[in-house]
Amino acid sequence: MPSKTIKEIQDLILKGNANCEKVVKHYLSSINEQKHLNAFIEVFEEEAIERAKEIDLKIREGNAGKLAGVVVGIKDVLCYKDHSLTCGSGILKGFKSLYTATAVQKLIDEDAIIIGILNCDEFAMGSSNETSVYGPTLNAVDNERVPGGSSGGSAVAVQAGLCTVSLGTDTGGSVRQPAGFCEVWGLKPTYSRISRYGLASYASSFDCIGTFTNSAEDAALLLEIMSGEDEKDSTSSSSAPENYQLEESTTKTYKVAYLAEALNHEGLSPQVRDVFQETLSKIKEAGNQVEEIKFDLLPYLLPTYYILTTAEASSNLSRYDGVRYGHRSDQAENPEMLYKKSRTEGFGPEVQKRIMLGTFVLSADYFDAYYVKALKARKLIRNKTLEILKEYDFIITPTAPTEPFKLGEKNKDQMEMYLGDVFTVQASLCGLPSLNIPFSNKKSGLPVGVQITGKPFKEKDLLQAGNFFSKL
Amino acid sequence: MEISGQQYEPVIGLEVHVQLNTKSKIFCDDPVKYGADPNTLVSPVSLAHPGTLPVVNRAVLGKAVKLGLALECKIAQKMYFDRKNYFYPDSPKGYQLTQDRTPVCKGGGVNIKTESGDKFVSLDKIHMEEDAGKSIHVEGEDFSKIDLNRAGTPLLEVVTNPCMSTSAEVALFLNYLRRLVRWLDISDANMEEGSLRCDANVSIKPVGSEKLGNKVEIKNMNSVRNVQKAINAEIKRQAELIRSGETVISETRLYDLEKNQTRAMRTKEALNDYRYFPDPDLSEIELSDSFINEIKSAMPELPEEREQRFINEYGIELEKARIICEEISQAKFFESMLKENIDPKVASNWFVGPVKGFINQNSEIKLENINPKALSSLIELSTSGKVNQHVAVRELLPEVMVNGTKPEKLAAEKGLLIESDENELLDWVNEAISQNPEKVTAWKNGKKGLSKFFMGEVMKKSKGKADPRQTISLIEEQLKNQ
Repeated sequence: MPSKTIKEIQDLILKGNANCEKVVKHYLSSINEQKHLNAFIEVFEEEAIERAKEIDLKIREGNAGKLAGVVVGIKDVLCYKDHSLTCGSGILKGFKSLYTATAVQKLIDEDAIIIGILNCDEFAMGSSNETSVYGPTLNAVDNERVPGGSSGGSAVAVQAGLCTVSLGTDTGGSVRQPAGFCEVWGLKPTYSRISRYGLASYASSFDCIGTFTNSAEDAALLLEIMSGEDEKDSTSSSSAPENYQLEESTTKTYKVAYLAEALNHEGLSPQVRDVFQETLSKIKEAGNQVEEIKFDLLPYLLPTYYILTTAEASSNLSRYDGVRYGHRSDQAENPEMLYKKSRTEGFGPEVQKRIMLGTFVLSADYFDAYYVKALKARKLIRNKTLEILKEYDFIITPTAPTEPFKLGEKNKDQMEMYLGDVFTVQASLCGLPSLNIPFSNKKSGLPVGVQITGKPFKEKDLLQAGNFFSKL
Repeated sequence: MEISGQQYEPVIGLEVHVQLNTKSKIFCDDPVKYGADPNTLVSPVSLAHPGTLPVVNRAVLGKAVKLGLALECKIAQKMYFDRKNYFYPDSPKGYQLTQDRTPVCKGGGVNIKTESGDKFVSLDKIHMEEDAGKSIHVEGEDFSKIDLNRAGTPLLEVVTNPCMSTSAEVALFLNYLRRLVRWLDISDANMEEGSLRCDANVSIKPVGSEKLGNKVEIKNMNSVRNVQKAINAEIKRQAELIRSGETVISETRLYDLEKNQTRAMRTKEALNDYRYFPDPDLSEIELSDSFINEIKSAMPELPEEREQRFINEYGIELEKARIICEEISQAKFFESMLKENIDPKVASNWFVGPVKGFINQNSEIKLENINPKALSSLIELSTSGKVNQHVAVRELLPEVMVNGTKPEKLAAEKGLLIESDENELLDWVNEAISQNPEKVTAWKNGKKGLSKFFMGEVMKKSKGKADPRQTISLIEEQLKNQ
């Protein structure tokens, strides 16, 4: 079954060439054949088949939902009632969620079939999927390379045809960067567009649920279903979701800005620069206005991002204390040691490092110098970015400064790993919608993503333009 | 207070935690209930499961604003919650949601009436926060139990300025606050159950000095009386330290009721850096003018105002007005009794005396179940002389209060209406006389005081319903005829 997009699968079912059960079984055998990718942490084999049969019945009765036939994998930070939730961490091994995340429930309500839980960096902290307690997910295009992170499993699952679409989460690029590394569509919507209820928090004021798909249309459909206000998340937006369906053909052209500082960034690899510039010229040739602009705040993006996200994370992860659920050390003799030992044994090194960093920047002596200053910087960055977006429809950058790197390659130099987020954190700091458009380096065959970032709540424009640019 | 030739005075400030009586918790739908089985009022939010988020209960905001308005505070229009980060087994999230930088109410205060005149107790702020669960330490066991039912119960923390100088002032303020929060239906304010908790900051300084001494925070006091005792014990301790040339260390101390002294807590707990920062899981809260005005317009007359009005308008004694206005339900009930046109002073005597007495003795009787109209009729029956007052209290009041029976009908049924039929009265009088010939002789020999004895006999025979004035003249008439 070569079909990949939602529409293609649903067409097959509609024409009687397939049914949900067959679709699920197809994905199950693909998952089995490609176990070495380590994309899934858990697969709900029997359950998915049972559910497929129910939905096939609904299709026959003519009352199936919009996602009938769609098989979904979800990142291991999203709650699904009575199913495992471990956040790729030893501290939650064996934990099962008591409830279902709002976004996941909305998909299920439209008859999506959840096929399993996808591997990711521990608590979504990482850019290569190497911090997962289950080991790294491998990039399907080259098994020696990383799939990106933190939603690496979600990206590979769609890349390798292990499910129709998948959910990831994006705090600083964790959907867009792996989508770029795996040559699939990756959408991070506007902050607050999709409820965070049931998303295990990393950094609350950044976290967004995002999608991995084989087309812009699929991303539009999922967004339409998942977005909207949720009374369980007071930060969810009350503005009504749009009809995100893309128009078939459009003559609309756009005004696109690229950042001079990004193109001249020292970390930008020549291969990525080539693909990016080629894309820029194609966009220009197609009648769009492409202009270089200055953005002198670029060097402040990563420090601001890492101060604020680690601060929030240090507090968000305090609940994993071994008292009520999750890993509890059996070596502890008193409450203090219970915390110390359970958390030391349960959390991996990257998470521990970020907790320490966040605790430091929030501590009484450094609060003003780091946390408060970073809040101010965030405001400046947001204002400056929104100013650009008043004049331009989108800001365009490479999604990541390099092609997918080799496993272990960047683990020695953490700063280099963090540098990989340089282009994605801008949209995260500003809460803006941002999209990875899949491209690749024709010479090496390796994926290279191009990212466009748009105005708040203008996901439809973003997807429409992305679709247009991808076909040039 | 003199120490080594220098006059010293205590400086006291309070942090009072008022547990709100909302139906549900401050950040989720779990019910707020005292005494439920352990860990039965806990949803994934209360348990701080991954992915759960807090959502502010609007009822908490309403009660916070209500108290702020009653205490003449400035109400914040925009505010957020901060996270106070610390690890403790009964704090499920690893942080407490509280308001560090943007309290819902600022300033304000209240006049309390001390023996030496009015004293203004000024407030620093009132902020909202969530309560923690409970750790239960089992004697002799190497484990503790955690009950998270209370986790997430809404609290208002009322913080006064360091403006009080005696434990008596503290007690007056606490009593004032307790009556107010009950009056406003904000809290049960029961110190023993922990729905009102008070920590006191105590220091002493030379009289006239601007500089405050090192302050000691005292905790663990479960009644107003114990707060007073703890403060007195702490003032004494600090005075002795200064007298012997030592310095007072700024620390947190626990009050030990049995020894009537305070003792130091482990210093480790005082060294916590709470790393406060705004909770990114909750959006900013805005209080609109209409929200505040709605609360303002629904605000009842405050207890002091009502007390004063009862005195001025109805001529009720201060003491009785104060007792009636101890609770808003009583004040309301009392006023509805007055609708029946009975003398307010007589009504207040009845209310403070037999009515409250009966309620106190019968805990199952609730004021809200009593028919004020029936009670008024009973009082009327007594004042108009139709039923003897003692008879009314003893024989009629219980049934009127429990069943709301019409007193006149009840009195008639029970045959308790005053008997003024002369023939009936004569029968009782003659019976009393014929049964006590020696007393009759004595009376005739000049012991006129024995009339009262015969009166008592007639009352016994009539079960109290003989008209007293008529009876006494009949007795004297009949005795003369003997």
